[in-house]
Amino acid sequence: MTQNNRLNGGQIDRNTTLNFNFDGKKYTGHPGDTLASALLANNVRLMGRSFKYHRPRGPLTAGSEEPNAIVELRSGARQEPNTRATTAELFDGLAAKSQNRWPSLAFDAMAINDRFSNFLTAGFYYKTFMWPAAFWEKIYEPIIRKAAGLGSLSMQADPDEYDKGFRHCDLLIIGAGPAGLNAALIAGRSGAEVILADEDFRMGGRLNAETFAVADLAGADWAAQTVAELSAMPNVRLMPRTTVIGAFDHGIYGAVERITDHLATSPTGKPRQILWRIYAKQTVLCAGATERPIAFENNDRPGIMLAASMRSYANRWATTPAQRVAIFTNNDDGHRTAQDLHAKGVKIAAVIDTRPDAPSSMDYEVLQGAQVADTKGRLGLTFVEVARADGTNRTIECGALGVSGGWNPNVQLTCHQRGRPIWKEELAAFVPGGTLPPYMSVAGAAVGTFSTHGALKSGADAVRKALGLKGRAPAVPQAEDAPVNQTPFWYVTGCSRAWLDQQNDVTVKDVKLSHQEGFRSVEHLKRYTTLGMATDQGKTSNMGGLAIMAELAGKSIPEVGTTIFRPPYTPTAIGTLAGRMRGKEFHPTRLTPSHFWAKERGAVFVEVGNWLRAQWFPLPGETHWRQSVDREVLATRSSVGVCDCTTLGKIDVQGTDAATFLNKVYCNGFAKLAVGKTRYGLMLREDGIALDDGTAARLAEDQFVVTTTTANAARVYQHMEFVRQCLMPQADVQLISTTEAWAQYAVAGPNSRKLLQKIVDAEFDISNEGFPFMACANITVCGGLRARLFRISFSGELAFEIAVPSRYGDALMRKLMAEGEEFDVTAYGTEALGVMRIEKGHAAGNELNGTTTALNLGMGRMVSKAKDSIGSKLAERPGLNEPDALMQVGLRPVNKDDKVTAGGHLMNTNGPVDAAHDQGYVTSAAFSPTLGSMIGLGFLKDGGNRNGETLRLVSPVTNLTVEVEVVSAHFVDPEGERVRA
Amino acid sequence: MIINHPLLGPRDSAEFVYLGTANLMDRPDPDTATPEDWHDYAYLRDNPAGPHRELWFHEGGDRSILIVTRDTTTHEISSVELARNSGAQA
Amino acid sequence: MHDLTAITALGGIAPQVDTVGEVTLSEIPDVALASVAARTREESTCAAQLKALLGGPPPQAGRAKLGEPYSAVWVGPDQWLLSASFETHEDIAAQLKSKLGDTASVTEQTDAWCCFDLTGPDVHAVLELLCNIDLTRFETGHATRTSIHHLGCFVICLEKGHSVRILGPRASAGSLHHAITTAMASAL
Repeated sequence: MTQNNRLNGGQIDRNTTLNFNFDGKKYTGHPGDTLASALLANNVRLMGRSFKYHRPRGPLTAGSEEPNAIVELRSGARQEPNTRATTAELFDGLAAKSQNRWPSLAFDAMAINDRFSNFLTAGFYYKTFMWPAAFWEKIYEPIIRKAAGLGSLSMQADPDEYDKGFRHCDLLIIGAGPAGLNAALIAGRSGAEVILADEDFRMGGRLNAETFAVADLAGADWAAQTVAELSAMPNVRLMPRTTVIGAFDHGIYGAVERITDHLATSPTGKPRQILWRIYAKQTVLCAGATERPIAFENNDRPGIMLAASMRSYANRWATTPAQRVAIFTNNDDGHRTAQDLHAKGVKIAAVIDTRPDAPSSMDYEVLQGAQVADTKGRLGLTFVEVARADGTNRTIECGALGVSGGWNPNVQLTCHQRGRPIWKEELAAFVPGGTLPPYMSVAGAAVGTFSTHGALKSGADAVRKALGLKGRAPAVPQAEDAPVNQTPFWYVTGCSRAWLDQQNDVTVKDVKLSHQEGFRSVEHLKRYTTLGMATDQGKTSNMGGLAIMAELAGKSIPEVGTTIFRPPYTPTAIGTLAGRMRGKEFHPTRLTPSHFWAKERGAVFVEVGNWLRAQWFPLPGETHWRQSVDREVLATRSSVGVCDCTTLGKIDVQGTDAATFLNKVYCNGFAKLAVGKTRYGLMLREDGIALDDGTAARLAEDQFVVTTTTANAARVYQHMEFVRQCLMPQADVQLISTTEAWAQYAVAGPNSRKLLQKIVDAEFDISNEGFPFMACANITVCGGLRARLFRISFSGELAFEIAVPSRYGDALMRKLMAEGEEFDVTAYGTEALGVMRIEKGHAAGNELNGTTTALNLGMGRMVSKAKDSIGSKLAERPGLNEPDALMQVGLRPVNKDDKVTAGGHLMNTNGPVDAAHDQGYVTSAAFSPTLGSMIGLGFLKDGGNRNGETLRLVSPVTNLTVEVEVVSAHFVDPEGERVRA
Repeated sequence: MIINHPLLGPRDSAEFVYLGTANLMDRPDPDTATPEDWHDYAYLRDNPAGPHRELWFHEGGDRSILIVTRDTTTHEISSVELARNSGAQA
Repeated sequence: MHDLTAITALGGIAPQVDTVGEVTLSEIPDVALASVAARTREESTCAAQLKALLGGPPPQAGRAKLGEPYSAVWVGPDQWLLSASFETHEDIAAQLKSKLGDTASVTEQTDAWCCFDLTGPDVHAVLELLCNIDLTRFETGHATRTSIHHLGCFVICLEKGHSVRILGPRASAGSLHHAITTAMASAL
């Protein structure tokens, strides 16, 4: 194919030819082209099929507002559906496919829908698929899903990378047209930190698309010169290919920068796109305006496009959709297209102007007071039917029709914080309203100042005001200053299949039907007809719909009002919003100090919050996890085991009021805890429900080390800060987390002391007399390394926890394992830890589950009445202290081979199995190798008085019913002799 | 949103954890409060359309808890102060 | 002298060094750290003691004071993170406690953190992909806590535009290192 619709001039690099492929056919273009401009140059007008009726469509616009020319770009895993051909930069090797057609773009089987259009009007789905209800899931939905929708997904993981980033500036300028460029020049020269962002790959906005001069230069040259000057300023950052997609609170903007979308392949490690969060002290919105079409019968044929877009294609991209074109306009701007295309040698068949007093031309025929009544051409425009002022009709042959219904300022970003635009009668358009987002101002066409001179001046004025610049304003570069000259005209009377929203196939008829059926609010109209709900968000269609609705309702357009604009301004890939937070990088990973050692040992890891913890350590020959876990439990109980418990939260609490503070946050007392002693503590929420438990070790009169459960570390710290800062601001208490500073290991089992005596330096007596149960101390190990030793036990065995600075944790673990060889020391993971704590009846997260009180946990008497603590008052509520309140109990299957499952409910042996007769539930269950059966912990009504009773454990989910016996929760060593040994 | 931290200046609200109404600082006096007082403190919350005094914990910053007066209809923040300086009881 | 061998936060015996273009990321294990929080009603005496130790008033909010042997970073009201060479000040907490006495709560923080220095001509291009610091005004001696890929970190400007020190939670050193090196590959 040759580029036989290529014109002269333009901002493309003709020295380089790019090859590309559309629907399997090969074409050529040049750097500077978009996919749409290159296809037009190759005389391709048909680029897609519409959503509902599968009508043939070509580009309506030359920018991001495009509803029709949307394609699947690239192939394989990188295939991206619904990409606008009008903004896709051409690169060598680009491959694109049209969408929503089968088997081919030119012959589409689903175009049959177009024949049944009478049945497919607004609300069709709501009305048709109502009944029978059972048909919805099996029949209707699959059919609709197959027929509707636009592009298809690759169904493969996105291989591209995406980044997020943060930038700050004094002034953000959105849009680099004449207003934005002039604003940036003045701001840049003032020394302010400036960011200038523009969605286009070439800055300049309409200056690149027009033939106007600015300061004696061609507009595009002035833009290029200004961009060059700005890029030399160190305080100005130019961000082309960057769409500001949202205006958020307090000067925060979301912006998507396309880094490699214009390249054939992304360099390794480079992001495809970056989602920037821009913090701007001031913002000037110079987003320009979008031309709006006029609705007429069959106005959606390929070749019919907005007049200014046609001008962009001619001036910037040196291409025309056809060699013979017509223009349909209600304003002077439409005539510019005729002038520019005529100057480039394109034949102007006629300018059809709705105004009886339209300006005439020497170069082409102007039909004054005329309207386009209908069009012809199956896969592309061939003729337009014109209704003339005198009542006669005339058929005009043309391959393209430029349509101009006036311009709509791009107010979207001014509305993201509920700002409402206001109607400006002389422009017949909405302009930004009085309530702009804080620190934002608007300039240029975005505020309805459409002339080049006006835009340059308004950009300058806005930036001087935003930055508070004093002194004489610099001269505005000389440029055209033509007034807006238009007569509002929205649709041709009598038209019916006249498209308003070309992407969602909403016609004038649909809007009328919607009104007829009682949808009077503009928001209802939108949802009933889907007007403006496609990927283009109605940038070219909303105004037409509003105008017709206003007319039908006998109201003015401002009375009808607009729908609310929400971010994003243009479609944004989900991958861009995710950034690097995908897969394993969704959250950071925390490794324990013994991680590398555990990995060498072949440990199986489990995620606990962000932590990776060793779950068990399989030995050669062990094929089932239970074998490893049972072995670890039995070895620990018979000799000694070591477990990394670094993940428990550790908070250093210091100050003269540290004990008073702990008295407040724990329900039990801490004031009288002796230095060198550790105590179990239970924290309540203010409503009396258990929050967390742990230990507090008093290392000095004014220093405690508090531990929290792994999962609650951050929450407990936050709670303690609340109590400190908000409830006890005068107290002398300082808090800091030390969780990661210390590698901490539980050394448990009857031989734990003997093992530790080989590690702990000789001057420290850790005998039962010298270091009794619940003792704590600062010590040294291995010849002088500072360490902390706590004699506490989660397993129920004689046990210690030993802590050293984290960098030595790996070495200490290796040392413990080496020195422990004579005791057959075993490393144990979280599974064995869990089994042993259930055997001992210690509550954990399953029991502290956000619904349980100290009473339920069997610790009711721990709640001190001698002092006030958080939650102590509301824990006394009668409702939490009924005589049959749930109490923690132990459970054993009557038949020792039976299963016990957590989540199962407890029922009396006789009687119905239903919620009304529920006796309680099982919270934790495990196989106990010590007892040789499964065991469980649970909450049972009046559980303290039901020891020995037989109950039914029922789990309808797993279809389980077994008999269980209520026993003490302390399955192992109920008297606590081992821990004190 | 941007919260103008009294010590650190403007900071993104993403660095903070929202802790709820600033009324939580007015914990009932355990010696004199009635059960109704405790009930109100623990469970009752205003839901104003307009200025709201609320606590924000600067978890990603200096760990200060701030009292932020924020208009719930516009997100306009009219005052920010350190909770511990606001004169609660010892 | 004890016989336990330390490993770095990334798990090596020797610190890790990564270079992309002209920017280098170095793991710095030779840092001893302690938190110093003034006791309530001892704020001015504590500040005076610190002034003597640091050779000048302790840093204000958002600032660091770099010096020898101690440097300090403001971490909260009347609270600082003091650092010194690990080689010579492994017992930094005990040393400071002996000097500050009852005017401050001192807590060892050495291994709560991992430490990376990022140096080179275009450090800002890397940092802006990692955290929301206003780099246009991030001067030498500025220091702030910020979030890097959900990790609470301190970023200290050692030399504007050329050198920053990043302290992150030690257990997540691998994730932090991955985030920084990925940003280096992306930006440079």
